[in-house]
Amino acid sequence: MTNTLHRYGPPESFRDDFIVFIRNSNGRNDVGSIPKLKEFLRTALRHRPVTISQYRFGSTVRPADHLNPRIHWTRPVQDLTAEQIIEAITKDHTVGAIFDSEAAMEAFLREVKAADWGLSVNVAGLTAPVHACAKRAGIVRHSVEYSLGFQGALDRLPERPVLELSTMCGHSMLSPNLARKMLEWVREGRRTPEQAAAYLGRFCSCGIFNPARAVRLLEAAQGGNG
Amino acid sequence: MHIDPRKCVACGNCLAVCPVSAIYIDSVIRRATVNLDECVECYACHNRMSKEDLNPTLVRTIRGFFKLLRIRFDPEPDVCPTSAFAPQKLAWPRSIRQAFSDPCVPHESTGVYGRGTEEVKTNDVTNRVGPGEVGFTVEFGRPAVGARFREVQAVTMALARIGATFEKNNPVTALMPDPTTGAINPEILDEKVLSAIVEVKTPEALLPAVLRTVEEVSATLNTVVSVGVAVRCDGDGENRVEKALAGEGYPVFRGKTNLGLGRLTNPEAQAKTAGAAAPAGR
Repeated sequence: MTNTLHRYGPPESFRDDFIVFIRNSNGRNDVGSIPKLKEFLRTALRHRPVTISQYRFGSTVRPADHLNPRIHWTRPVQDLTAEQIIEAITKDHTVGAIFDSEAAMEAFLREVKAADWGLSVNVAGLTAPVHACAKRAGIVRHSVEYSLGFQGALDRLPERPVLELSTMCGHSMLSPNLARKMLEWVREGRRTPEQAAAYLGRFCSCGIFNPARAVRLLEAAQGGNG
Repeated sequence: MHIDPRKCVACGNCLAVCPVSAIYIDSVIRRATVNLDECVECYACHNRMSKEDLNPTLVRTIRGFFKLLRIRFDPEPDVCPTSAFAPQKLAWPRSIRQAFSDPCVPHESTGVYGRGTEEVKTNDVTNRVGPGEVGFTVEFGRPAVGARFREVQAVTMALARIGATFEKNNPVTALMPDPTTGAINPEILDEKVLSAIVEVKTPEALLPAVLRTVEEVSATLNTVVSVGVAVRCDGDGENRVEKALAGEGYPVFRGKTNLGLGRLTNPEAQAKTAGAAAPAGR
């Protein structure tokens, strides 16, 4: 999930954005890892993450084929339950849980450390709070990859509110045009922030789009600040 | 990607979902059409839009009637009402576009899904970036601009000249006939992808030179470049590089932290390192 590295926004924009993910390394610790991945997510659920995800599968929002036309009036903001995501783990892909509070993340990290699954666990987010939470949980960080932001033809990038939303899918599958459209729809009162966040989240194939942060950003647009 | 004009009803939903704005409504045929030169074959339209299987003629009739009355239907924005997307079999070198753009397709060269490798995410068991070393991920085209390999090559050749070592398991490295030069297979230089990640490793002393090189060459490109810098931490979880980067004015407030909880658990891997009796440690 390199795609969690380059999210856009000032530091205060990430106060509710901590992605904890676990993965194996092929040939080193992948044998018998699937039950551990499931246990990781079930443990995370006890700490009320905003969503959980499985790489290439997604999160609780995902696209569907053969929709019934009634969906235009009856569509839920969540397509799957957390348990359905866990049950769908059949390969040893990366799985993750997104938290919107440091306290919840820290409590989760304590359980992760105690579980001792032997797989690599990473946290994408503000480095200082993550470091502090890990320390309090008795974990000394091993390595860090810092995002130095964007350079080059910056004039080709969209405006800040759009970037803040669209870079939550780091694979860039979430189009800035769709993010802009949703900001406008929310501003026009055509959709709620929750509905707009669900549309956007369906484009993130890894499911690491943070719906809580998205709703906050979309609510700002509702107030004319987006 | 191709859109079947017999099915398309020109609702316009797919225009907004294309990350690189390659879909437009052709004013002559009145159907959504893909600009194939700009399309990066990411399949966001085909894979991430939901689909209905409505009759195109019926949908066109209803839309036409509403349009006549100036009534706007407010449909779900992420739905293709007639399942009009028709993926085509991609031949070389165009197939490279999908390999680097669609995260659900594994690279043939590495077998790894996504655009990079395990990078720092498994550094606690791979020891890929060791003490005194710095790992760089230099990504081209993201967010939502896209990049041609010719632009990627401008940077890789500059990095090769200053002695950076390319990660051998990285998909871009696999496209270099001779990684010591940084030159990329000429057959693909004009292919456009949604993003390509170059991974290099250098001694810590080369950090300023790498960053300066990337910055200078990036300034000449028509794409966006994002840089990640990976380092090992000491026994207290600290590292010198963070302070050095901050001192140079780089933002270091956000990143990815490997918590160091991984270890070798496969019996074969443990047997291989039996002499060392421990996983790649701190």
